[in-house]
Amino acid sequence: MTTASPPAPADPVQGRGPADGGGRAGARGPARDVAGLGVGRALGFVAPALLLIGAFLVFPAIWTIYIGLTNYRLTGVEAVSPSMVGLSNYTKALNDALFHNALWLTLLFVLGSAIIGQNILGFTLAWVMRRTRPAVRRTVEAFVLLAWILPSTVVAYLWVAFFDRDGGTLNNILGTPGTAWLIDYPMACLVFFNTWRGTAFSMMLYSSALQAVPPSQLESARMVGASGWQTLRDVVFPHIRGHVLTNTLLISLWTANDFSPFLLTKGGPNHESETVPVYIYNVALQGGELGYSSAISFLLLIANLLVSLIYLRLLRRRS
Amino acid sequence: MSAGFVVRRIGFYVLICAITLFFAVPMLWIASAPFDKNPGLGVHWPDWTLENVRKTLEHPYAMHSMVNSLLICVTTAVAVTAFAALASYALSRVRMPGRDALLYGLLLLSSVVTGTAAMVPIFVMMFQLGLIDSRFGVALVMTGGLLPAAIFILKDFVDAVPKSYEESARVFGASTGQILRDVVLPVARPGLATIMVWAFVNSWGNFLVPFLLIRSIEKQPGAVLMQTLTDEGGSVNLQVLPVFSLLFSIPVVVLYLLVNSRYGFRFHGGIKS
Repeated sequence: MTTASPPAPADPVQGRGPADGGGRAGARGPARDVAGLGVGRALGFVAPALLLIGAFLVFPAIWTIYIGLTNYRLTGVEAVSPSMVGLSNYTKALNDALFHNALWLTLLFVLGSAIIGQNILGFTLAWVMRRTRPAVRRTVEAFVLLAWILPSTVVAYLWVAFFDRDGGTLNNILGTPGTAWLIDYPMACLVFFNTWRGTAFSMMLYSSALQAVPPSQLESARMVGASGWQTLRDVVFPHIRGHVLTNTLLISLWTANDFSPFLLTKGGPNHESETVPVYIYNVALQGGELGYSSAISFLLLIANLLVSLIYLRLLRRRS
Repeated sequence: MSAGFVVRRIGFYVLICAITLFFAVPMLWIASAPFDKNPGLGVHWPDWTLENVRKTLEHPYAMHSMVNSLLICVTTAVAVTAFAALASYALSRVRMPGRDALLYGLLLLSSVVTGTAAMVPIFVMMFQLGLIDSRFGVALVMTGGLLPAAIFILKDFVDAVPKSYEESARVFGASTGQILRDVVLPVARPGLATIMVWAFVNSWGNFLVPFLLIRSIEKQPGAVLMQTLTDEGGSVNLQVLPVFSLLFSIPVVVLYLLVNSRYGFRFHGGIKS
């Protein structure tokens, strides 16, 4: 239930290695009950975790479907006795200009800060840092990682201060006092902010992916006089293509679900930076339309599910 | 050394400097403003003072919110670690019916059901359960959200622990309980510590869940209090907020450095707040 990323597992689901010993044919995975736990006690071990996950993760996700079919509200008559309204919340979404606006802004946000910003900056860092001195490398990485691990409210406040109209650092640097960046260019600010915030993940992923490129191939590319760009395109990229794809899917998913824009702009001014997560919040808790916001949440869940399924399929094919 | 080489070298360092500045400049403020006599929103060399620190420590809610954060995050971290440890051990060592499907489902859950996608039903559910404005409720929701990923990281970890330790303990006649307590637990300690820190850091930085569920200011954790103070505005906050941001960030950075130096940074068990 966090805005946080789950870590990217290297090898999901399938146990590795051959079926375990003991002559139990068809066994998959490393399961072998060496401590004598027994299936009964094992189920007991798994139960508490599953209960919590069921109550606070699975149930809400499924309940969203039901609430999305009602006209449930935070206050008023519909708060006491909501009634079924069928698919009318979804037809409403089809014609809701503010929802279309939120979708469009989310697309811009994902495209600008994740697919372009974090991806390219992360790869550039990983590529450039291969050959730098360890001291330089460690210093740069420390800042990039710090941007990633600081609590989101602190980071948001740093950027609000950075963009501030009166005496913010950006205005001091550019010599443009009085420019209210977060009001005049809210989406651009969010894209810069999220690129800064999330590049560390791509940098680390690409750093480890680049280690899989055989040095001999890079050497031969150099011998035949390939330019830097040709080397990247013809030697490096084929090796890391799978990583580029999975990385892009993951950071897009996280960015589309990121609630931090709320901390910087609250969706304003006048809905100009209201991405889908912020829109859901505003509709549900400011507007009180719990039914309608549940319908939109459900659409977001479906989008997440599709991206995750593609991601897991890619991972599995790679391993 | 050709001219081209020199130009490329210069370009290379300019690029590195530009990127470092991009990451460092927004952060400089948190280093200077807390100790500045006239704190503003811009970065400048401070007129050193500890007055702001005193103001923050005396603030009616600032330190209190740290205690709230600690309560929520320690509860979450302990619960996540305990339940994930039990589940991941059983899933790693015992073949249960439906195990692979369960693991696949957990993996999907951890990325599909995000806080933003589930905030409305969670709010409604906690509202109907009467758990609004309860720190325990916040910890419960966070625990449920972190568990799938935690089970996954820990199972990876347990899978890598050789079974021969447990086997030899068994050969010497140790009971199941003894094996778990005296063999598995010590061997798994680095994994457990990593997961505990990961859960703590994640819940420490979580804004959305307590923001949705906590109403009264005296129960707000630090992440929400910062937002409350920012919304209030005013010059007092320019003295309190920078110091508070710094104090609030310290646990996360310290824990990260600790895990990084003791156990090494394992990429796919990475910490993200």
